[in-house]
Amino acid sequence: MSKRIETTDLNVYYGSFRAVEDVTITIEPRTVTAFIGPSGCGKSTFLRTLNRMHEVIPGARVEGEVLLDGENLYGNGVDPVRVRRQVGMVFQRPNPFPTMSIRENVLAGITLNFSRMPKSEQDDLVERSLRNANLWEEVKNRLSLPGSGLSGGQQQRLCIARAIAMAPDVLLMDEPCSALDPISTLAIEDLIGELKENYTIVIVTHNMQQAARVSDVTAFFNIAGTGSPGRLIESGPTDKIFSAPDVRATEDYISGRFG
Amino acid sequence: MTDTPTGQQDTAVGGPAQPVAGLTGRRRPGEAVFRGVATGAGILILLILMLVAGFLVFQGSPALFADPAKLASQGYGEFAAWVLPYAFGTVWAAVLALALAVPVAIGIALFISHYAPRRLAQPLGYVIDLLAAVPSVVFGLWGSLVLAPAVFPLYKWLNENMGWFPLFSGRYSGTGRTILTAAIVLATMVLPIVTSLCREVFLQAPRLHEEAALALGATRWEMIKMAVLPFARPGIIAAVMLGLGRALGETMAVTMVLSGTRNITFLLLTSENPNTIAATIAQNFPEASGLKTSQLIAAGLVLFLITLVVNMIARWIVARRAEYSGAN
Repeated sequence: MSKRIETTDLNVYYGSFRAVEDVTITIEPRTVTAFIGPSGCGKSTFLRTLNRMHEVIPGARVEGEVLLDGENLYGNGVDPVRVRRQVGMVFQRPNPFPTMSIRENVLAGITLNFSRMPKSEQDDLVERSLRNANLWEEVKNRLSLPGSGLSGGQQQRLCIARAIAMAPDVLLMDEPCSALDPISTLAIEDLIGELKENYTIVIVTHNMQQAARVSDVTAFFNIAGTGSPGRLIESGPTDKIFSAPDVRATEDYISGRFG
Repeated sequence: MTDTPTGQQDTAVGGPAQPVAGLTGRRRPGEAVFRGVATGAGILILLILMLVAGFLVFQGSPALFADPAKLASQGYGEFAAWVLPYAFGTVWAAVLALALAVPVAIGIALFISHYAPRRLAQPLGYVIDLLAAVPSVVFGLWGSLVLAPAVFPLYKWLNENMGWFPLFSGRYSGTGRTILTAAIVLATMVLPIVTSLCREVFLQAPRLHEEAALALGATRWEMIKMAVLPFARPGIIAAVMLGLGRALGETMAVTMVLSGTRNITFLLLTSENPNTIAATIAQNFPEASGLKTSQLIAAGLVLFLITLVVNMIARWIVARRAEYSGAN
């Protein structure tokens, strides 16, 4: 269920502008990998190449390869729709579908894929996904109400439930807590800790304490200046990156000297 | 910072010499002006609407409330019985026009907003908007001189081969100038306004929800079904209502295409076609006087009421699922 991601010399472009340069990294299964770095350093852009969401922006393209357990996501004939069904994503702002109920939101991906699923199986899946997202107890009596009526933190957990209902191999999270209050953030962080038992998790965060709390591996991205591409400076076990990084820039960033 | 002399701190941190005014004060003039202008505009539109309604009621009332005997003596029947076929024709022509125009309009709008490359989308948008600027008399000419002869073979074929379908039965018209032709002309006229509004609404579908759908593995069409159309639903209904308003009230195009009669029929291809209220008024007004004028104005009142009811139904549809709308 949980898969390894490897990228080699990945370059990401918006039109002619190179946003990310030569990223080579291996992301291990059943671990939480955090991407940190200053704004505009390309960490979100890079994250979005891992489920081919990058290319929905007109003019955006990728050079290099992303291997998901050895299979190149950018190979010939690979269908981005199928990639996204295996690599789930949670966004910066909670985005449950406003026209759907809580239950419909959880089932949104499933109804796309295996449009016929017996109702009892659907019920099971809704309960299981919401339980895994630590949301079941709060919403079990109002599954038919709109998802947009929930609080921000609950909405974000609903989005996580919606993503894991698809049983993906990888879960990408793009600053999932940046729009949430500290208590909701804590709930999501606890949830990430539980989810890594089953999933490869990649999280982009601006919050270094969060990276230190939730991740096993940390990757630091940086840019030389505006207009130059973002690069992966170093990656390694989170303990090491936060205590004794190899590169000076990492230490400067982590200790708050810039960024 | 600890060694800052106290004297300096006083000038830096101390308040202004004059105490600031309290929490009470005059209202800002700009605010009052803007409020006045906005309120005035709101009242003005209500006033105009009331004047139009008043005109229709007062000028039409002789025909509405006249003594039946007197009406009969002048060759008029009861007003309701007289106006009913025209009211039917009006609604029927508009419904047909919308049935033809709305699917195409939504298709064009989706193509422009979500499928076409930007280089193609923009010129296409302009062309559609240009179509809205064509005067209705031109559409009328086109409908009677070009469209009617062109569709005649199709009507003949439909009638002969699909006559079992109730709408296509009857004896087909020899000119092609039927209610269906009028509806096609109306559809062409309604198309730009519905397309433009739908396009604007589709473009405003939140990127956030479109990405959510794509990230779940939705195809482009599935993404549109999940994130764009539900969000755009109230907007589509509003666009359709504006289109309907235009179709209900359109006069010239119908007058020029259709030689309507006063009958109620759903048949699309025959030469016995129901006329619309607006076309009837236009055709008869020049020679009308006295009671006849009142009768035509009262027909205008009926058209006004039809439009009102249609809009209320639309509001109700939009409001019914407000809590699920894209707004929250």
